[in-house]
Amino acid sequence: MADSTASVTNPSTTAMRELDPTARPRAVRKPRGILVPLWLGYVFLYLPILIVVVMSFNDSENLFVWRGFSLRWYPELFTDEAIMQGLVNTLVVATGATAIATVLGTLLAYGIAHYTRGGLIRAFAIAPAILPDLLLGIGLLTLFSLLTVTLGLHSVIIAHGVFATAFVTAIVLARMANLDPSLEEASRDLGAGPVRTFVRVTLPQLAPGIVAGALLAFTLSIDEFVIAFFTTAPTQPTLPIVIYSMVRFGVTPEVNALASLLLLVSIVTVIAAQRLTRLTGTPK
Amino acid sequence: MTETLQRPAPAARAGRVRLGLAPAPFLAPGMIYLIVFMAVPVGLLAFYTFFERGRFGGIVFEFTLDNWVKLFEPLYLGVILQSIALAGIVTLLALLIGYPMAYAIAGLSPKWRTVALVAVVLPFWTNFLIRTYAWILLLNNAGWVNQWLQGLGITDAPISMLYTPQAIVVGLLYMYLPLMVLPLYASLQQLDPSLREAATNLGATPWRAFRTVTFPLSLPGALTGCIFVFVPAMSNFVIPELIGGGKTIMIGNLVRDQFFEARDWPFGATLALLLTIFLVLVIVVQSAVSRRLTEGPRRG
Repeated sequence: MADSTASVTNPSTTAMRELDPTARPRAVRKPRGILVPLWLGYVFLYLPILIVVVMSFNDSENLFVWRGFSLRWYPELFTDEAIMQGLVNTLVVATGATAIATVLGTLLAYGIAHYTRGGLIRAFAIAPAILPDLLLGIGLLTLFSLLTVTLGLHSVIIAHGVFATAFVTAIVLARMANLDPSLEEASRDLGAGPVRTFVRVTLPQLAPGIVAGALLAFTLSIDEFVIAFFTTAPTQPTLPIVIYSMVRFGVTPEVNALASLLLLVSIVTVIAAQRLTRLTGTPK
Repeated sequence: MTETLQRPAPAARAGRVRLGLAPAPFLAPGMIYLIVFMAVPVGLLAFYTFFERGRFGGIVFEFTLDNWVKLFEPLYLGVILQSIALAGIVTLLALLIGYPMAYAIAGLSPKWRTVALVAVVLPFWTNFLIRTYAWILLLNNAGWVNQWLQGLGITDAPISMLYTPQAIVVGLLYMYLPLMVLPLYASLQQLDPSLREAATNLGATPWRAFRTVTFPLSLPGALTGCIFVFVPAMSNFVIPELIGGGKTIMIGNLVRDQFFEARDWPFGATLALLLTIFLVLVIVVQSAVSRRLTEGPRRG
């Protein structure tokens, strides 16, 4: 695999290695060219992101002309009031929605795994993850306006709580499947009460799944645009809504810096979640 | 068969009896939340589709089927068909590009598989609007693709790429390609390599082994991937607006406009519900087909 890392930077070596069957003895049965579409796919997936990151270090106001290296857009980002307010709003929403989803999702997953046989409640609990965001967004807008609820961050928190709960439920359920029920039984046999057993035995075992679920819920909420768009007040935009208006009404190079920072946050979160799911995947 | 039915039962029952906690405290909070904030809103939308809009927005509670009939007006029918066509093209392209990618990943060593998969998923975790914006940087008349094309001497003048239907297709494809690769990979990775080896040992060429063994067995994954791409591509309104320049509109744009500009919520709800009914149908067909695909060989 190390050799294929090199091959993407220099296509001519790919061609040479294809001619040389000894280059990678493990892959004798497979044509070497099999990795070419994969690398092309990665170019497609990463080229746009790369452009944004590179341009975030551009010294020019012009988005399409490279003038030289500069870090000027990063400090400017933090003086932009709209972006900072959007960031605060987003963090408030994501924290609130994650709190709701982690509690409800964990309870739901436990209840589903222990008390339900059919898939109906399970399907219902996971449905928000599949439901079109557009439908959920306008549905909640309609509900809130019927109940004359003032829109604001609280309504976005409620709305994000819906799909976030579905994701936490799904992830904790997957973790439940790996649990050894005999531990709970042992705890009960040794005289612990049901609540004590749940808090002291079940919850610690579920912890990695719960944390992974919460992390996912948080990330999804930070990035969510459509539902927030329909359920927030125009005066309280979340960060994605701020970006949307910037892209719509005129982009400043700060967007590049903001994008690069968000990208960094995503990478860190994904890797952390990946570590955690690896933990959840292999129970002791 | 009896064994598989009976085996999980004792464990499940043991959990039920031994823990001694009532199910309500676990299930009730989440279920009530989801009923109030998911089921009720969707039900409310379904209810609204049978009423008229008020003169200044809002709703007049007089039963009517006008909203559903209105869907067949050429203007709206055109947008609906256009959305299906665009999402269909995107899905097909995603399948053509995603299949070789998933196939290549499934052939890697386990360690590199994880890396390759994370690399596919990572862009998907990058903010959706940022990824949309990146394509504006690329496709603009003064943008990078045009600069490269002119720099390489392929064209003299910039080609208008942004604000075209093709740009929408590229944008949607970019957005949802990872959703095609993942299920495809999952089904390809589960394939028993000995099946392909058997085919090869029995004299099949690699291409024939792929065509007659690997490909049919990967179809359920391909179908799932198609749903994962088609469903969100149909309802997206941001890409048609920002990359398509609002010239080519899709169902999502119509819904958005009915809610924020035309203030015809009942019709907006009807469009969104049509979208949902359509998606449910697609999923039902998909699961039926994939059940036949997976069960077919065993029965026959």
